[in-house]
Amino acid sequence: MLVRLAQIAPRLGNTEYNFEHCRKMVGEAAGDGVDLIVFPELALTGYLLKDMVAQVGLSTWDGKIQELSRLSGNISILLGLVEQGEDHFFYNSAFYFEAGALAERRRKGHLPTYGMFDEGRYFTQGNRVEAFSSRFGRVGVMICEDAWHPINPYILCQDGAQILFIISNSPVRGMTETGDFLSVQNWQLICRSYALLYSCFVIYVNRVGCEDGVSFSGCSQVVGPHGDVLESLPFLEEAVATVKIDLNELPKARIHSPVLRDEKFLSSIHELKRIREKTFGH
Amino acid sequence: MSSSVSVKKPLAINCEQVVKVLSGFIRTEVLKTGFGKVVLGLSGGIDSSLSAALAVRALGPANVIGVMMPYETSNPDSLADAELMTRSLGIAHRVLEITAMVKPFFEQNPEIDSVRRGNIMARMRMIVLYDVSAAEKALVLGTSNKTEYLLGYSTLWGDSACALNPLGDLYKTQVRALASYLELPERIIKKKPSADLWIGQTDEDELGFTYDQADAVLELLVDKRLSVHQAVESGFPADLVNHIMKVVRQTQYKRQMPLIAKLSNRTINRDFRFPRDWGL
Repeated sequence: MLVRLAQIAPRLGNTEYNFEHCRKMVGEAAGDGVDLIVFPELALTGYLLKDMVAQVGLSTWDGKIQELSRLSGNISILLGLVEQGEDHFFYNSAFYFEAGALAERRRKGHLPTYGMFDEGRYFTQGNRVEAFSSRFGRVGVMICEDAWHPINPYILCQDGAQILFIISNSPVRGMTETGDFLSVQNWQLICRSYALLYSCFVIYVNRVGCEDGVSFSGCSQVVGPHGDVLESLPFLEEAVATVKIDLNELPKARIHSPVLRDEKFLSSIHELKRIREKTFGH
Repeated sequence: MSSSVSVKKPLAINCEQVVKVLSGFIRTEVLKTGFGKVVLGLSGGIDSSLSAALAVRALGPANVIGVMMPYETSNPDSLADAELMTRSLGIAHRVLEITAMVKPFFEQNPEIDSVRRGNIMARMRMIVLYDVSAAEKALVLGTSNKTEYLLGYSTLWGDSACALNPLGDLYKTQVRALASYLELPERIIKKKPSADLWIGQTDEDELGFTYDQADAVLELLVDKRLSVHQAVESGFPADLVNHIMKVVRQTQYKRQMPLIAKLSNRTINRDFRFPRDWGL
């Protein structure tokens, strides 16, 4: 399985340009024999949209979505966008296209609304955490902040995910004396931890570019199920990388370190129920 | 991957990475507006010299214009150091003396004190820079650092006026580190910071404390989120910490756009919210 990571710099609010850019990259990737191309969170719109959210949302029947469906005949596509839901609320969503159709839709559940982030003001929370079956096996998708809540990869891996996709718009912040910015270090730590703890592949695709003085770090990466970094993309620069994902590594990693197998799933549910009753009553 | 995520030395920065972010910021934010150049006032001091060096990295020397705007009482070293910078960076420069522009105002208002005179000079320099901006289609690059912003140590709509600012999230201490990393001339890094608005003026005399003291206290109050009480407990004099906190609070208005009285359901910037880069 060949996966291409598209570390792009979307133009803020310019859905036409971003769509054309993505469409071109999908065509090139298909020509190169790539099986799946992954774009960052909000790849069609950029991040600091504020009131533009209401102007750039696409519904599932939008012509651009139809076109991406059509393009997915030979190559699967995972991409972030502003979705205008059937309920006419707006979602920070990831669409997965496969075999000529919009196959799956995931809505960001954790909308950061603190410090420099203001997503909860504009977007509606997604409320489902569910892995899905793709032609590459069972996979899970998290959108940026979703991956900061460890219950999400836990649920996705319990639900059978063997590849965790994290698409993000992570800004550069937190200076250190040496080495990377703290935000970059934290993402590396998160990706490696989940890959190692759940013996799964983690494919993290972050954007680059600058909006209103905020730079996005890039540093996308692929981590294998032994916790080994298979590919790292550069800091701040637009880049693509094509990575061969060998699912045969999964049984090796899982016999070596069967942590996921030994998760006490029922016990966890029992304890969570106990805590629920303690906190919220019967 | 680094095994440690702790910040070892206060205010220490990875200069290589900071330069990458700042030059990327200047390049992206300038080019997306449709402009290709920047113009900035060069005082011969460390802040404007560093801003110019970053702009050259971002846009190339042909797209950076340095403007020196001396007044008759300005220290001649300021102009000489600014010229040293423009030579070493290979950028175009202009000397536009403001004496003849501000003198008539001073002559009509002989009672004005040195602070008012300084403000008028700073605002005249802003007028000159924005005129070069219009003539050359070059965005005005700001040069104030985080210490100055937090202490309100600038003239409102004067030296604080700009289209974009690469240094606004760096304390003076960090500006010095970055200037050394980019190998700015030693005499520019070492000399005493001064607004040079009157003879013998230095920032630290006027502020009443040193930049090192200010940066250390501001880092605790702002970045580390310590209370005044906690900052004093960590070893700084109570008078100093209280004074700095008071100055930061009193100058909050200088870091904001003007207040707009709310009447409608869609008040600018309150519930009519768009990014600055709207449509770019």
